[in-house]
Amino acid sequence: MQESAINIAVNLITQGDPDLYEIIGLSLRVSLSSVALSLIFGLTLGAALATGQFRGRAVLNIIINALMSMPPVVVGLLVYLALSRSGPMGWLGLLYTPTAMIIAQTFLITPLITALSRQVIEDLYLEYKEQFASLRLTQSQRIKALLWDARYSLSTVALAGLGRALSEVGAVIIVGGNIEHLTRVMTTAIALETSKGDLALALALGMILLGLALLINILLSSLNLSARRQAYA
Amino acid sequence: MNTLTTKLVFWLLILTASASIAADKQVLVQSTTSTANSGLYKYLLPQFEAQTNIKVNVVAVGTGQAIRNARNCDADVLLVHAKQAEEAFVEDGFGIKRHDLMYNDFVMIGPENDPARISNTTNIQSALQAMAKAQTLFASRGDNSGTHKKELQLWHLAKLDMSATDANWYRSTGSGMGATINTAIGLGAYTLTDRATWISFKNKQDFKILFEGDSALFNQYGVILVNSEKCPNVSKQNAERFISWLLSNDTQTAIAEFEIDGQQLFYPNAN
Amino acid sequence: MPNVIDINRPGTGNLHKLLPSQGLALNRTQLDLTDVHYTVAGKQILSKVNLALHAKGITAIMGFNGAGKSILLKVMHGIVSPTRGSVHWNKEPTNAEHRLQQAMVFQKPVLLRRSVKANIDFVLKQRKSFAPATRNALLARVGLDEKYHVPARLLSGGEQQRLALARALACRPSILFLDEATASLDPASTAIIENIVHEQAVAGTKIIMVTHDAAQAARLADYIVFMDAGTITEHNPSHHFFAAPDSQAAKAYLDGRLFHHDS
Repeated sequence: MQESAINIAVNLITQGDPDLYEIIGLSLRVSLSSVALSLIFGLTLGAALATGQFRGRAVLNIIINALMSMPPVVVGLLVYLALSRSGPMGWLGLLYTPTAMIIAQTFLITPLITALSRQVIEDLYLEYKEQFASLRLTQSQRIKALLWDARYSLSTVALAGLGRALSEVGAVIIVGGNIEHLTRVMTTAIALETSKGDLALALALGMILLGLALLINILLSSLNLSARRQAYA
Repeated sequence: MNTLTTKLVFWLLILTASASIAADKQVLVQSTTSTANSGLYKYLLPQFEAQTNIKVNVVAVGTGQAIRNARNCDADVLLVHAKQAEEAFVEDGFGIKRHDLMYNDFVMIGPENDPARISNTTNIQSALQAMAKAQTLFASRGDNSGTHKKELQLWHLAKLDMSATDANWYRSTGSGMGATINTAIGLGAYTLTDRATWISFKNKQDFKILFEGDSALFNQYGVILVNSEKCPNVSKQNAERFISWLLSNDTQTAIAEFEIDGQQLFYPNAN
Repeated sequence: MPNVIDINRPGTGNLHKLLPSQGLALNRTQLDLTDVHYTVAGKQILSKVNLALHAKGITAIMGFNGAGKSILLKVMHGIVSPTRGSVHWNKEPTNAEHRLQQAMVFQKPVLLRRSVKANIDFVLKQRKSFAPATRNALLARVGLDEKYHVPARLLSGGEQQRLALARALACRPSILFLDEATASLDPASTAIIENIVHEQAVAGTKIIMVTHDAAQAARLADYIVFMDAGTITEHNPSHHFFAAPDSQAAKAYLDGRLFHHDS
């Protein structure tokens, strides 16, 4: 079966199956958008937690660390209840759209990005703190400098977020509905083919998804490597 | 850094904005899975969309969840197979009217060697009693879906109450039809499924239909327009058009003509 | 300063035109510490420090390890708040404006993970005084003009410290603090740094440095503050201190003996 799955995967890609490309495109669009949004929220929050001195910081850290293991289905359910036509945000008409999927995944990934980036930034800040105080940097100047100097470690954080987004099925299937040509992504398509008993096709799609993740990682790490060579060791 | 942020925000807006742009003429259908997984929608819907320019968005979940979602107003049309629950849905004011659309039947599948010998039985009651007696594994949907409801009715018919059993041989998967069949195959367990799902199922392995044909196994599909008084967001016109199209003679004929491997999956019976 | 060191690039007079120290209207004493105490985790690090520093010249703070020199420097610089007592500039309590007129070079340089050039640009831009000529002059001043694009973290220890000094100068300090800035450096880098420090002092920047190197203190400093067990035991002109220190602790220190307290 594995061999035939490989054949199917190769055939799907080489024959340029338009449905497949549509699904891949939507997967990328949803996951990249939610990672980008999560980076905006997560890095801000992570940097604030790493550099700020305020009451409840330790408690907040624990909560956010715990939220990292929030099951996607639960996030999906909460977003569904909010976006449902009978829910508080129903008037937006966003349920069963890619936007709803982006919202759900943003909620799913933001804690991950926050917790991981907080750790990265905190480690760096420990080293920089005294020097920053000496240079009289403001809080926002500190955060900007830390984010920039930690950018290579933070790109790994972003990749971890993207990995969770691309591989996640529980949240997007609830708020997206797995509607063909509208909200069907790689993972929901895999779930569907599995439920149809077409395990070979499901496996083939899984391989393509894995290949996609591999490609993104290669791309980013080569970008990183060349930038790192130029900018600093 | 600033220009980078600006660019980032720009692309985000593009991405999320384009995501929310969708066709203005559309119908949202909450559906049972068998009609979607068997490929019926893929066969029927392009015809409707070509004729009317209305896009049909199908969310295929179990009947139970489909009805729950529709009760949350997250549907224009409900297409499921659990007559009692459908009638309750209409009675509670969520649906305008229930129409019979088509039918097929449920079948009992299991491993080829048929350890409980249910293929020798003559009615569904004795088939189920044979399984209970032999204590051979049985995989139940356990998800309040149409098929699950039917299964519980059948056990009741056989004078066996399985709604709150803790029998070791009765395994509740809490999953969709496909996942339950995959589990049953993995366990070598019997399970109840609608014929359409079974015919289109690709991972049959050594599983076969071991019992069929009892009139109690009748499986009626119904279609309901969601009440726009209860759910103001329902796109009533498009949904009405879709339902009358489904019930039309041409579509009913088309449903009858839908086959997989030479086998008819659904039998139209709209009035 | 005895000219024992020969370096390729003596300071350019140019730099002072580009980057003058901010030149507060200086009184006779510029920095006053009144009854400064510092306690951490129940341990008294500084106690009853009263000190009035001369407005000009180089003041070296000396003393045994653990005497509280670094903490005293950080309290003066305002990056450590005293548990008790106050720090005044020209009779005013330290304020934000005063703080921006100070810079500090630490024993272990902490450089941004960026190029040599970017490390200087960062501070110049923060102070809104960025101009390529300024940065170039600063890097030339510390002998790093061949290394603009080298990642700062790939520099040798001596080069890193010179870059840290250039960055401190980019703040145009009226007071420059050095915390054992040459403690782990090779003689050439030490010489370059000493030379620049001397010239900055001549140009009007107040230098306050912690050092363990008595020869360095003798070469550079105009005044010596000697500390022992968190208190100031002596504050004298350099020639006086090295000829005949007032305190027993300082004598022991200069003789290279361990000094034991009576208390």
